[in-house]
Amino acid sequence: MTDLSSTSTRSRESARPLPQAPLVLGIETSCDETGIGIVRGTELLANTVSSSMEEHARFGGVIPEIAARAHLEAFVPTLRQALETAGIQLKDVDAIAVTAGPGLAGALMVGLSAAKGLALAAGKPLYGVNHLVAHVGVGLLESSSPMAALPENTGALLVSGGHTEILRVVSLTSQVQLLGSTIDDAAGEAFDKTARLLGLGYPGGPAIAAAAAHGDPTAFRFPRGLTMPKFEGSAQAPGKHRHNWSFSGLKTAVARAVEQFESAGREVPVHDIAASFQEAVVDVLTSKAVRAAREHDIHTLLLGGGVAANQRLRELLTERCAEAGIELRIPPVSLCTDNGAMVAALGAQLVAAGVEPSGMDIPADSSQPVQRISV
Amino acid sequence: MKNYHGGVILAIGSSAGASVAVLDHGRVLAQWRTAETTNHAEVLAAAVAETMRQADVDGAGLSGVVVGVGPGPFTGLRVGLVLAHALAEVWQVPLQGLCSLDSLAHRAVTQAPAGDSAGASGGPVEPGSEFLAVSDARRREVYWARYRSRAAPGADHAGPDHAAPGHTGPDPTASAELLDGPHVSAAGELPDLPAVGIGAGLYSESLTARSALEASWLPDAVELGQIAQSGSPSVLREPLPLYLRESDAKVPAQMRPRMAAP
Repeated sequence: MTDLSSTSTRSRESARPLPQAPLVLGIETSCDETGIGIVRGTELLANTVSSSMEEHARFGGVIPEIAARAHLEAFVPTLRQALETAGIQLKDVDAIAVTAGPGLAGALMVGLSAAKGLALAAGKPLYGVNHLVAHVGVGLLESSSPMAALPENTGALLVSGGHTEILRVVSLTSQVQLLGSTIDDAAGEAFDKTARLLGLGYPGGPAIAAAAAHGDPTAFRFPRGLTMPKFEGSAQAPGKHRHNWSFSGLKTAVARAVEQFESAGREVPVHDIAASFQEAVVDVLTSKAVRAAREHDIHTLLLGGGVAANQRLRELLTERCAEAGIELRIPPVSLCTDNGAMVAALGAQLVAAGVEPSGMDIPADSSQPVQRISV
Repeated sequence: MKNYHGGVILAIGSSAGASVAVLDHGRVLAQWRTAETTNHAEVLAAAVAETMRQADVDGAGLSGVVVGVGPGPFTGLRVGLVLAHALAEVWQVPLQGLCSLDSLAHRAVTQAPAGDSAGASGGPVEPGSEFLAVSDARRREVYWARYRSRAAPGADHAGPDHAAPGHTGPDPTASAELLDGPHVSAAGELPDLPAVGIGAGLYSESLTARSALEASWLPDAVELGQIAQSGSPSVLREPLPLYLRESDAKVPAQMRPRMAAP
């Protein structure tokens, strides 16, 4: 039964010529942002985001059930606003793209089911795409040409509350390689947990950054995870975790520091701890990312994810990329955080490349590997 | 309030298993269902496409969409609801919700007389009698509501012979009036009334099922469509989920005021 519907979509699609600059609507619901974006090729027409962040604030982190409830309520209003902003109707689009994974399963399923409904009702091909690769697709929306391509050997450093990865993009539509990732907490998660520990509130990124502005980043020497020689090895004989990160030890070190002050009855030096924590995260993130880029012949590095808003990360990454002769691209924050435009941008690339649409029966894959660009 | 009394409608249920039906004036043109509870996001959209194809109807031929709003397990429930929202939005047809337990109650009052169907049922609930519709809420609890069977005003003849969902239209002589609910609670806390629905089967020590057959029932899109087309718009609801429970999240100890912010 499901084969029938997807087969007819595929044959209809292959019968007409591929659009040069496809008009694509993208849907993103993998975490706490309900994002709907519209692009024509690499031209951004709309990027509408409804966030449930405030509802998670009192918990100090994203609550999956609350996020999923918010996606359902936000879907139709966000869709209407995106279409109005772009000045188009759904019948005009060439395809519907949606984040199929990775992400929170219950949240992903809301966007996926909605996307299937739109595709079915409007008779459009559906593309279930990879959230991480979509973050890289944002790099194309900066361009002024209608259907730009990424530079050869582009790398992407993705840093958010759910992800910490460095990717090598040979082809956005067919070959993406994971060079390294966190083995425990995501960097943004470490910011949230540390902010909680220091009583700074949620989201942790801006809260830590604000406190750090008044602190001494060298006051505490917090650990840089997975930097011992046995983990890193050498360029010729790389260790198992040469390009990987770990932030759980850092979080524990901050907790110990706080406890020492508290048990001694002394005031916790929140500013200095925040600054030293931020420096530890940013230092190990950038040093490992730049080395991975150098060793994989990456000449252009794209920064993505919510932590890209962190000023200290931007500074140090800019400095270290310049030293290594790597061109750094940092999109506007509204395109770094989760959004539907990035999903639409990747969808447009897939349509233009003639990639087969997805079937109506595709699942949400909460741990979708980066190699699976579309499903 | 939108009136579905007439035209072809699409009905979607995802509060327990999942189901799809296309109806014309209460007559079922095509239907689909699964008792599987964990793959709604994969199968439901394709099932809608296939059911509409079998019914030989497209979006332009529909006068509305109705969707079961639960109560039911949240993730599957949302999959059906957001699908219905998306379809109705593109087709520009009215979308209305119905309590999923209404489906069980409707079946209880319109089913064939005892002995007529393959499994032994209790037969239609007598007009004026009260009963419970009960579904599985997991965590050792049930979703439930209390109903009363009533004959339609002016009905003066017995309804046509009428089998399991979908084979014929609704029995025009009977309907179920919601008296109380829906609620979520432990099975032992429910009123002592005959019960229909899978909840009665799961907690047979606490609940009195009308029959073994009726204690296996799941809500179904066929009855959601039949109720919507029965001309009693008062039962229609906003197409938003009846969760009945908050999320389980607890505020972590660290988020409570602990040390002075700088």
